[in-house]
Amino acid sequence: MVTIGESVVRPASRLRFILDRRDVLGSFLVAPAILYVLLLVGVPFLMALYYSVSAYTIYDPSWSFVGLDNFEDIIDDPVFRQTLYNTFIFTFGSQILGLILGKFGALVLLRRFPGRGFVRAMIILPWAVPIALATVAWQWMFDSLYSVINWTLIALDIVDRSEAPNWLGTPSLAMLSVIVVNAWRFFPFAIVIFLAGITAVPQDVLDAATVDGAGFWRRNYQIIVPMILPIVAIGLVFGIVFTFTDLSIVFLMTMGGPVGATSVLGFQGFQTGIVSGDVSHGAAISLFMVPVLLVVVVAMLRFIRRREI
Amino acid sequence: MAAVLTRDIVKKFADVPAVNGISLGVPDGEFMVLLGPSGCGKTTFLRIICGLEKQTSGEVLIGGEVVNDMPPRARGVAMMFQSYGLYPHFTVRNNIAFPLRTQKVARAEIGRKVEWASQLLGIAHLLERRPRQLSGGERQRVALARALVREPTALLLDEPLSNLDAKLRASARLEIKQFQQRVGVTTIYVTHDQVEAMGMGDRIAVIDRGIVRQVGTPSEIYDDPADRFVATFVGTPPMNIVARNGGYLGFRPENFLPRDMINGEASTEFQFRVDRSEYLGSERIVYGAIEGFDPDQVITAKLPPAHVADEWIRPGEWHAFAVRNSALRNFDKDGKRSSRL
Amino acid sequence: MKRVSAVKVLQETSFYGAVAFFFVLAAFPFYWMLITSFKANADLYSVTHVPFWFNDPPTLEHFRYLFEKTLFATWLLNSLIIGLCVTAITLVTALPAAYSLARMTGRNGEALGIGIFLTYLVPPTLLFLPLSRVVAELGLQNSMWSLVVVYPTFTIPFCTWLMMGFFKAMPPEIEEAAIVDGCSLFGAFVKMAIPLSLPGILTVVIFTFTLTLQEFVYALTFVSSTAEKPITLGVATDLIRGDIFFWGEIMAGALIASIPVAIAYNLFLDRFIAGITGGAVK
Repeated sequence: MVTIGESVVRPASRLRFILDRRDVLGSFLVAPAILYVLLLVGVPFLMALYYSVSAYTIYDPSWSFVGLDNFEDIIDDPVFRQTLYNTFIFTFGSQILGLILGKFGALVLLRRFPGRGFVRAMIILPWAVPIALATVAWQWMFDSLYSVINWTLIALDIVDRSEAPNWLGTPSLAMLSVIVVNAWRFFPFAIVIFLAGITAVPQDVLDAATVDGAGFWRRNYQIIVPMILPIVAIGLVFGIVFTFTDLSIVFLMTMGGPVGATSVLGFQGFQTGIVSGDVSHGAAISLFMVPVLLVVVVAMLRFIRRREI
Repeated sequence: MAAVLTRDIVKKFADVPAVNGISLGVPDGEFMVLLGPSGCGKTTFLRIICGLEKQTSGEVLIGGEVVNDMPPRARGVAMMFQSYGLYPHFTVRNNIAFPLRTQKVARAEIGRKVEWASQLLGIAHLLERRPRQLSGGERQRVALARALVREPTALLLDEPLSNLDAKLRASARLEIKQFQQRVGVTTIYVTHDQVEAMGMGDRIAVIDRGIVRQVGTPSEIYDDPADRFVATFVGTPPMNIVARNGGYLGFRPENFLPRDMINGEASTEFQFRVDRSEYLGSERIVYGAIEGFDPDQVITAKLPPAHVADEWIRPGEWHAFAVRNSALRNFDKDGKRSSRL
Repeated sequence: MKRVSAVKVLQETSFYGAVAFFFVLAAFPFYWMLITSFKANADLYSVTHVPFWFNDPPTLEHFRYLFEKTLFATWLLNSLIIGLCVTAITLVTALPAAYSLARMTGRNGEALGIGIFLTYLVPPTLLFLPLSRVVAELGLQNSMWSLVVVYPTFTIPFCTWLMMGFFKAMPPEIEEAAIVDGCSLFGAFVKMAIPLSLPGILTVVIFTFTLTLQEFVYALTFVSSTAEKPITLGVATDLIRGDIFFWGEIMAGALIASIPVAIAYNLFLDRFIAGITGGAVK
């Protein structure tokens, strides 16, 4: 049928075109990023692990192995137990509050109304602005003497000057304050996530539901919510991870006080490890974050995998 | 210009064979069409010839040389993609010039060649425009010019007409075919549309599930199908296939006519119960069932223009239809063509 | 007729009520920041004055103080330098990585992509202890250059992940056409993928820069001398003498530092969302 001549193989061609092989070039391109991360994240992580099982302090940098002594020490410490408890409350409270605000905020922003662009720009601010700067604004708003919140409460006759709450000086109020500030930081991000998810729901699915007789709330909870769960889950992973490990808000507003009422893991790790120089105990405290993070991340990834439509 | 030959090409994606052993030869200058349904492996096979995918096993030879380990640019092939793949951030001139620039051709030479290619395709007046300013037909011509300018060993096209609407498709089809005849480059064209295949191909390779079912000229594919798949894939409406005597019997709708219309030749008669008929202007399609065979199987007859207005073919009635024996095709129990039983 | 319109009126008012609620909730602290920056100290530190508006005329004294009596300008410069350097380092490492991962099909590509995503989640409050030792070894303790070295640890994963979304959304046809036309794989990346993804790259640059501005933990840990502080750390911790917070100056500094970030976020938010949904959700 078809006669083609003798086949000729050029042996040199294998090596000449090595950079054209997707796998070879791919490895070269990824290498710098992976190296950077391995050296400055991977290795330090291992170092932290080692610190937590050694007797290292900056005054006595000994690398001697002490097993789980550091962990026992901190678990026995009631301040630490309080810190652990606080961290959960702080995270849980601010995420729930942030999600609720985010969900309803998204619903509000879905509808076109005059000035929507400007309103959206303002609503994004708490998330966009650096955490430390937004926090100092709140710090000033909660100031024990000049709090604008208290001024308003007094002016509206809700409390007396003598009863004016000391937001950052009363244990329960302090925890409430940091939760509110963190939720306030988080809710614009939640709005963005919800909006992205809701607008990704194909219009014909919604139309079919409307034709099938579903009203606003049913459409919302039975159609939209299940379909946006994967992206919400991703947003929640970020939210939980960054809240659980945060120290900025507590550092700036309450310094962990009053009397450790708002001390969280990140903060105590900093105080112990950096300020006091007790590196090994500081590392042990910080490492307590890891199991929680692992559980959250793994659970979320599983959840997302299963729900991939 | 060169001949393309593949030997036993197999491509597996995670143990699933997309291409399951294709050996095909395309002589220099031939327009070969790879025809098959979606997912049959034809595009993967084309990309392997091009060098964009690496085969799991087997060899590709271009101009007699094994090109397995060479990237596309070393094989000298040109490819036209479904959406043409024009560079949106370049002018038409730079689009056409690009393949020459990568080969480090001299500037003056590039200018000459771009002129030549754009003249050949009648797009010389569009050289300073950007792709987004061009119509669909103009973009196709730019893509062809870019493919041509390198004087490639082979031209590979991956369903280039599937994004066009029906009206444009016919003229685009003609243009590609005329282009190929003028230039004479070995061409391999992938499509799932059998009208395109029949209209354009010098030869057609019908592919299903990673293997070639039949290679032949359009008339060989149509009149002499190698198996049931080829018989039913090509031709609209598809060939009627009924089970008989442990094998299958096939006949095309245009050969299934009222008995009175068939004079002379030996023919086989069937009692045909008409269920439904569609008037299509130039022809009439009649649907029904034939006595003695599966009553649920729908048999189609295609009546020619002269008999389109025949009033006597009404639903519910039985009529005597027949097929010329020379138009009958026999298949064995595995679906392969066999001689008459 | 009347009943229907009453319901509508109720719906509309509750809708706009909700809009107002979110608006005030989000924006009030910034209004507070704004007005505090311009309030004279006497007006500021008074329990009887109505705080929501000026009682004494607005003043620029806090801004003047910031620029004349503090190292505010230095902090701004530090943040600018850090931002530019970190962005450059990040682009050079993350762009090729993101491209490779976006075009790499199969299990390995997916696994690495998720791995990159996960390193972004490793908390600074865990790594800061060993990293402070690394920084000391490099002789960069108490220098802003320690931040230039450390910040890419989170900007690279973030940038890679975001760019992966943008690259994945680009059909590979144009790169393949370039390869068939004679480009090498790397050439196709440089001549096709990068120019055609410039909007995405710009978004990534903006977000990387703002990430460096927003960072607080590493800055707090590694930098203590005033002259080396980046802007966020400086404003939040350095405008204090003893126990006295210079609120007017702090708010003024916060205002100046917040404005560019706020503007940048708003301009690029839509692109950012396109990037993350392109990559993360199908």
